[in-house]
Amino acid sequence: MTFAHHRHAAHCESGVVSNLISHHGVPISEAMAFGLSAALSFAYLPFIKLSGLPLIAYRQPPKSIIKGLAKVLAAEFRFETFRTPVAGQARLDELLAQGHVVGLQTSVYWLPYFPEDMRFHFNAHNLLVYGKEGNDYLISDPIGEQTVRCDAVSLSRARFAKGVLAPKGLLYTMQKLGVSTITPQAVRKAILKTCRTMRAPIPIIGVRGIRMLANKVAKLDPATRASSLFVGHIIRMQEEIGTGGAGFRFLYAAFLQETAELSGMAVLAGFSERLMVIGDGWREFALATARMVKGRDAMNPTKLADLLHSLSEQEEVFFRDLKMAVT
Amino acid sequence: MDLQNVPQEGNKTLGGHRKAVYAKDAGGHIVAVASKGWEVEEIVTSQAVEEMRALAETARQNAINGLSSPLEYWMYARRMDLLLLAQSTGIWRWRIRRHLRPEIFARLSPNLLKRYAEALGLTIQQLQRLP
Repeated sequence: MTFAHHRHAAHCESGVVSNLISHHGVPISEAMAFGLSAALSFAYLPFIKLSGLPLIAYRQPPKSIIKGLAKVLAAEFRFETFRTPVAGQARLDELLAQGHVVGLQTSVYWLPYFPEDMRFHFNAHNLLVYGKEGNDYLISDPIGEQTVRCDAVSLSRARFAKGVLAPKGLLYTMQKLGVSTITPQAVRKAILKTCRTMRAPIPIIGVRGIRMLANKVAKLDPATRASSLFVGHIIRMQEEIGTGGAGFRFLYAAFLQETAELSGMAVLAGFSERLMVIGDGWREFALATARMVKGRDAMNPTKLADLLHSLSEQEEVFFRDLKMAVT
Repeated sequence: MDLQNVPQEGNKTLGGHRKAVYAKDAGGHIVAVASKGWEVEEIVTSQAVEEMRALAETARQNAINGLSSPLEYWMYARRMDLLLLAQSTGIWRWRIRRHLRPEIFARLSPNLLKRYAEALGLTIQQLQRLP
């Protein structure tokens, strides 16, 4: 049994939803799914801890890509959560028997096909199940180049992991798709939403959130191991767990480039170029931080904070201009 | 990022997997390409993995020396902390903290042992011993 619409993706949720919609007959790119659902964001959430370190999100909360896209495409998704693993597995088997391709939210840690060093307790991973053979589920995980298998016990454990963002066995199926063409109006609306989020008047969100994180970094004591772990954690949240910082800028730039071909949207091509440059800036920040973590450069929180401040300012200007261009 | 700048230096933490990244090709189109990994990511992931390994190793030594129970080792070996173990088992943190003491752990009821073992993906026999 194979799944024809498995495509390697940069981010699990946009990958899963674009593959699922493609499976239902409307080919849509990952970048389009990411952009149309206005998934780009930034949130610094010091009160939510992952292994004692703050949650730094570079995108909207889990499920928002699916829900955002469902709205734009007038699609219907059905979400179900379960009290017990037994009920969750029974329902999954039932849906598969009916021929559905089923989306799941899982923990990363309990998935045996993940590389050992990448297995952390992070609960907002997404994947598609397209079949079952014996005791193995057939899985299209967009983070991988190929489809994989996962035994029933491990998958059940991954679906019912506890803690921050616990999936509670969440599964989802697509019921129907209302719209199959993407209009300039829908694109405009999605872009404006992202501009609004990135420039939100809330200190922990968007460009202000980046600034707040920069201020926090500036206050770190360069001598302690905790500081090194903290800045390392920022990069891990940024480049590894869901490829946030630079990766998401490049993904959004791909969306802007794709939509620039729609009628009357040519102006977006220039913005795509500009965002690629900002993405490179995020990569420079990651590189500078990693060199300090590794001890090749002396730990210098002020320099890292300056880089973050500069990124915050560039994005402030970028999203202001982008908003003016599409209104 | 241009296509030729996509890092291909390899990242051992990816265990041979490649990840998709978006970059600009010669014609200026932004496309998804597979990357073997970037050293920057290897550094920060290894840092986090090492930190957890160190915690587990300290806990193992403490358990050998009779200063803490095997539960502490298994908690860190499963890359958890007190908060996550409490959330995963539904046992309050102050109770778990008591159970980290070897003399109290030795007297735990089969029911509590079962809850810990399930949350950590172990059998009760494994939980009571160090590997």
